[in-house]
Amino acid sequence: MNLGRRRFRDRVMAALVVLGTLVVLVPLFFILFYVFAEGLGALNWAFFTQGPRPPGEAGGGMLPAIVGTFVVDLIALVLAAVLGLAAGILLAEYPEHPLNPPLRLVADVMAGLPAILMGLVAFVLVVKPLGHFSGLSGSVALALIMIPIIVRATEGVLKLIPWELREAGLALGLPRWRVVLSLVLPAARGGILTGLMLALARGAGEAAPLLFTAFGNPYLTTNPLEPMDTLPLKIFVYAVSPYEDWHRQAWGAALLLALLIMAASYLARRYAGGRR
Amino acid sequence: MPRWIYRRLGDRLFAGVVVALGLGLVLLALLIAYELYSGAAPALGRFGFFGFLLGREWDAVRGVFGAWPALLGTLITSALALVLAFFPALAAAIYVVELAPAWLKEPVAYLVDLLAALPSVVYGLWGLFVLVPPLRAHVESPLYLWAAAHAPGVLPLLGPPTGIGLFSATLVLALMIVPYASSLARDALALVPREQREAMYALGATRWEVIRGAVIPYARAGIFSGVVLALARALGETMAVTMLIGNSVELPYSLFGPAATMASLIANEFTEASDDLHLSALVAVGLLLLLIALLTNLVATWILNRMQLEGGRR
Repeated sequence: MNLGRRRFRDRVMAALVVLGTLVVLVPLFFILFYVFAEGLGALNWAFFTQGPRPPGEAGGGMLPAIVGTFVVDLIALVLAAVLGLAAGILLAEYPEHPLNPPLRLVADVMAGLPAILMGLVAFVLVVKPLGHFSGLSGSVALALIMIPIIVRATEGVLKLIPWELREAGLALGLPRWRVVLSLVLPAARGGILTGLMLALARGAGEAAPLLFTAFGNPYLTTNPLEPMDTLPLKIFVYAVSPYEDWHRQAWGAALLLALLIMAASYLARRYAGGRR
Repeated sequence: MPRWIYRRLGDRLFAGVVVALGLGLVLLALLIAYELYSGAAPALGRFGFFGFLLGREWDAVRGVFGAWPALLGTLITSALALVLAFFPALAAAIYVVELAPAWLKEPVAYLVDLLAALPSVVYGLWGLFVLVPPLRAHVESPLYLWAAAHAPGVLPLLGPPTGIGLFSATLVLALMIVPYASSLARDALALVPREQREAMYALGATRWEVIRGAVIPYARAGIFSGVVLALARALGETMAVTMLIGNSVELPYSLFGPAATMASLIANEFTEASDDLHLSALVAVGLLLLLIALLTNLVATWILNRMQLEGGRR
């Protein structure tokens, strides 16, 4: 091939690469535009302070879903943090422990499983024994999604802490548990918080595992043993409903949820940045 | 506090708690596997594993459950979405690493990753109210009318142009999995050593020839693992697909017509399932989804290891 044709081909391929990138970015802008444009119109005082009206009646708001989102997500994050941090510490601080290979396998497998399966699991483990849907079972489902993210982040950041730090502590006569709690974990704080925030961002957007666990509840409750509504659930139910006003509120909830998730991922980035 | 409590007991206690929680997680995973299996057992026992897997009928009223339609729906949507997503995802990665001016690299990479942060329901909402109406009016209907006039033979393949169906679900699914394929491809491309590129420039290659001949082959293990990660996402994606696919478990499927995937079937019917066999059949679909997800990850790891061994360039 002569040089002219090769140069021409180079240009064509560069143009195709730019085109492919635009194919990805243009829909993203469309989605963000609609979420903000339609969502802003739906946010008003009632949206934040009232519960939903009966089907077909205009007005009402998302208060039970907003409260439910915080309760369900917070319990999930606590559950996931306890198990995830412990597993991460075990993998990184006790690398010779015989439990580590199966534990790593479990974390890898869990990371690759579809979210809806975690809902099935929480249904079998919590809803069935209790006999009814509950916010707690939703938290368990979300926690199962969050755990592998936290394990991976914790193990990764703990392994970045130089061994010299631990050896310095041990040389000063500190027992191993004080070395981990007072030297290693504080040094790794940024990375651990990043992992927690990433897990929160991931879990907060999930609706599928909550369909048959948290289930939804039009009345305001803070009792995690009762069924609860969350924003993703409400978006789904309202979007597939035939009512115009519910569609409007679904956009409002989508905006609120998107802001919540962006805030969590922003915090994750900031903590990650602070580490360096 | 006496010294031995502080040292011996403290160490034992801390290690004990950490190990107990780790063991708890492993046991939890075993419990999950057992519970899913025992939940699925009634349906699998009734129809047999292969009878359930290949059963072409899913009829809750008559109590006949076969997973084939949902399995087929999952395979079709995931494969089509992967085909649609692959080139844009790779292009976005190449653009960020090779072509973009320095000030654009970060923002473009951030925006592509933002696609992964948006919740599935938001994609569904957008698809339902923004994408579907014009898709129905300007793509599906004209195609259908054209086919009706010129090639009536393909009409059963096209199906009713309602806007809600396999086609819309696949388009949105493709968009959702782009960031997973793209971010791993981007990392792999960025890891290609400078010398690799410069050697080829020194031979007089154009920029595209360098990308094509030196960069992409070097990064292919990473590109491939991104593709598999995207596939795993597509297989299990639930909400957006449930909202857009029309949820019909009736074969045969058509391009524009309604269909169902394993995940959408569970999401759609689980809360309504009243009798035990129906519930058990849905858990069995979940178990099947679990097996497919495991298999995907396993194959990916295996091929990835082989590719890296073969490459052996470092």
